[in-house]
Amino acid sequence: MSTQVPEQTEEESSADTESQSQSAAQQARMEKKRDRAAQRDQQREAEEAEREFSEDGTYLLKVFRYDPEIAGKQEPRFDEFHVPYHTGMTVLDALMYARDEYDSSLTFRHSCRQAVCGSDALFVNGRQRLGCKTQLSDLEEPVRIEPLPHQEVVKDLVVDMEHFYDQMHAVEPYFQTNDLPEGEQLQSRENREKIKMSTRCIWCGACMSSCNIAAGDNKYLGPAAINKAYRFTMDEREGEDMKEHRMKIMEQEHGVWRCQTQFSCTEVCPKDIPLTEHIQELKREAVKNNLKFW
Amino acid sequence: MHEHDVIVVGAGGAGLRAAIAAQEEGADVAIVSKLHPVRSHTGAAEGGINAALREGDSWEKHAYDTMKGSDYLGDAPAIETLCKDSPEEVIQLEHWGLAFSRDEDGRMSQRPFGGMSFPRTTYAGAETGHQLLHTMYEQLVKRGIQVYDEWYVTRLAVSDEEDPTDRECHGVVAYDIKSGGLDAFRARDGVILATGGPGQVFDHTTNAVANTGDGPAMAYRAGVPLEDMEFIQFHPTTLPSTGVLITEGVRGEGGILYNENGERFMFEYGYANNDGELASRDVVSRAELTEVNAGRGIEDEYVHLDMRHLGEERIIDRLENIVHLAEDFEGVDPLEQPMPVKPGQHYAMGGIETDENGETCISGLYAAGECACASVHGSNRLGGNALPELTVFGKRAGQHAAGGDLGTAKIETGKRGDWETGEVDTPVEPGDVSAPGEDVVADGSGGTTTSSGGSLSPEKYVQRALDTERERVESLLEKDEGRQHAEIRADVQKSMTRNVNVFREEAGLKQALRDIRDAREKYQDVYVADKSSTFNTDLIQTIETRNVLDLAEAITLGALARDEFRGAHWRKENQERRDEVWLKHTMLSWEDGRPDLWYRPVVLEGENKTYEPKVRSY
Repeated sequence: MSTQVPEQTEEESSADTESQSQSAAQQARMEKKRDRAAQRDQQREAEEAEREFSEDGTYLLKVFRYDPEIAGKQEPRFDEFHVPYHTGMTVLDALMYARDEYDSSLTFRHSCRQAVCGSDALFVNGRQRLGCKTQLSDLEEPVRIEPLPHQEVVKDLVVDMEHFYDQMHAVEPYFQTNDLPEGEQLQSRENREKIKMSTRCIWCGACMSSCNIAAGDNKYLGPAAINKAYRFTMDEREGEDMKEHRMKIMEQEHGVWRCQTQFSCTEVCPKDIPLTEHIQELKREAVKNNLKFW
Repeated sequence: MHEHDVIVVGAGGAGLRAAIAAQEEGADVAIVSKLHPVRSHTGAAEGGINAALREGDSWEKHAYDTMKGSDYLGDAPAIETLCKDSPEEVIQLEHWGLAFSRDEDGRMSQRPFGGMSFPRTTYAGAETGHQLLHTMYEQLVKRGIQVYDEWYVTRLAVSDEEDPTDRECHGVVAYDIKSGGLDAFRARDGVILATGGPGQVFDHTTNAVANTGDGPAMAYRAGVPLEDMEFIQFHPTTLPSTGVLITEGVRGEGGILYNENGERFMFEYGYANNDGELASRDVVSRAELTEVNAGRGIEDEYVHLDMRHLGEERIIDRLENIVHLAEDFEGVDPLEQPMPVKPGQHYAMGGIETDENGETCISGLYAAGECACASVHGSNRLGGNALPELTVFGKRAGQHAAGGDLGTAKIETGKRGDWETGEVDTPVEPGDVSAPGEDVVADGSGGTTTSSGGSLSPEKYVQRALDTERERVESLLEKDEGRQHAEIRADVQKSMTRNVNVFREEAGLKQALRDIRDAREKYQDVYVADKSSTFNTDLIQTIETRNVLDLAEAITLGALARDEFRGAHWRKENQERRDEVWLKHTMLSWEDGRPDLWYRPVVLEGENKTYEPKVRSY
């Protein structure tokens, strides 16, 4: 089973957008981050002021529940939890509170609490987000928490990740070269910088879940796997012949050409990876190399 | 029943490295892990990997620094193995494509870290662990190594001879989290524990929720001693609201600590006149808490870590991840404001006793990484020494388990060779609440079966372990009322942070033992409210909590016994290192449900020299 398809509100962008240089992208990202922080500070101050007047100081969560074998949960439903708020509380904190204090059967994946294990990608107020990285104060109440769309729900907020892993494994996601020196390989700072963002992926699956193409074409490699391929294709240490080999994987029927540049993956990526740009760059690379495309 | 040559439990850095090494040695290997490999907490490591790679550096210098940092409680053969093998392992990681930060000439960058006489910390931004974890998982995929992910190992299948050193490990029992079944995994050649740290014993920790010390707890109950458990590293720079780690790299690059008055207290109050912010982690942690206790903390809780003067370019180049962490988890932009920081539980120096080949005193049972104690870190770990430990000892354990010849280990394990008995005065009886031999299946420490004296076949031991676990899980699920694990766990975590923290004194340690005893009594009534066999995290956490209890007790017993100040362990009653009494490892063995305390001398004899303990002046 699957929860409802999210509405696509992102603007369509033209496919021929030139990708920015890495440092410009970096700067833009930092600015975005700063804007967000400033916005959040303002919002938080406003909300905290408001909260002083609020009677109980709690947040209302509406959480998707489903269990294939427990009576009353076999039909999906939403449970409400009123969670006492403290400054800095995240969606994950709120879920843990609800589980530990109200209902120990409330089930979700989580581990590191710091946006690096990628376990807790959720569909929060209609958008893919990491629970641990999402401040409650950034959200409208009630906070609606659902499992990632387009994936089978195992139980409550836990989805089956097998298909995601299969796609990740399908792109030969490991370093390969025909020319290994005895000692360390050299890599220019520029080249390391070029692949840096692509190596940040934490396999949370938010991008795949947000992608309309992946929802319609089960064989589409998807943004995360293509980004993984990008990470190696652009790594100068692998060498030219390996790059050619990788491009062949990318230009297959369910590879880069499926992407329609909707930018939903880039929008939701919790690690700010410019996924769409990476896919576009691989398309250009394919054209450049005169590879046939579908 | 599944069957493989080598079973690796846990899929972080040590587990992945072990699996790759075992396969290269020709073994049919499988990993069983409660998390998918990429979810492992190795991914949170930030700082880097110490390796003597460059001209002017040598493994001998690295070993000297590490022994000094251990405050002379590390074993020389383990330390020298780490330092000799680390450069080769870093090159291996580079060959596997790890995206290390680079110098202008294209070589891997290295930076200074606390306690290092040479800038040998090889890094990938402030996300070295993430890069390392993913690089090794990629190699696992390449090699097609089988992973049973989201399978939670709950028991080791070990034979039952009277003396633990006669026992043999034949496999493990694991619970399939997705579908709820228990199954046995027979290991023909060996089981390698690589389950990570026990940070969840404390309530303010940099560790993941999954870091519940499962490996050490299972090994302990199977007869393997736990070593030097009192040595817990409290990292001086964690974010106050979540415990998220801010890497020592910030101070390595020049970050400065200030108190509420804007004073650079590391110098102004004389905590470390030479090294300042880069003093040893324990020194900085105690300095911070002393400032807070003297009323010079901010909001009576934390101090400030300022890196603004480094400039945006340098920060983004080398520490970008920190900008994101501070913003996302504390709402502070470190390019504009200093970051609030306070000490948090970070790392366990102690763990499952092993030799330098990763083997325990139980034949066929290995451990590597943070769950193990070889011992490399002694009483204090240097920054940048955890990641090389994963790869070096993960590899060795994998090779040895698969039959590789690593030579005879110099480090003794189990109650063999040189050891002495110990005593500690406890306010309550530690160990199982039930009397020895009673049915304690519910809390996972024993079983209803009687000892065969080592006469069963390997398959029978594995089957017996499976039967015991079935009984345990059924009994946890059968109960309809009682206590819940969350309450019990929270009580213990709070007591540990209050009483077994940076500053330790006898009365507090005894209080912690009373609290743990209370928690053990409550655990007798624990029940699992969720009856589902699908992804039952209520059940998993209930079983984990039992492990947390055993480890909390072991840490506190060691801390109470050791009345000296060494490395990360500070005692109010004796604020100096006492080499004449304490140049020895604290050992705890689980015997019939009771912790048995004993000691083993430190091995200071290295390959070419003997390390002479020097007065600690840093």
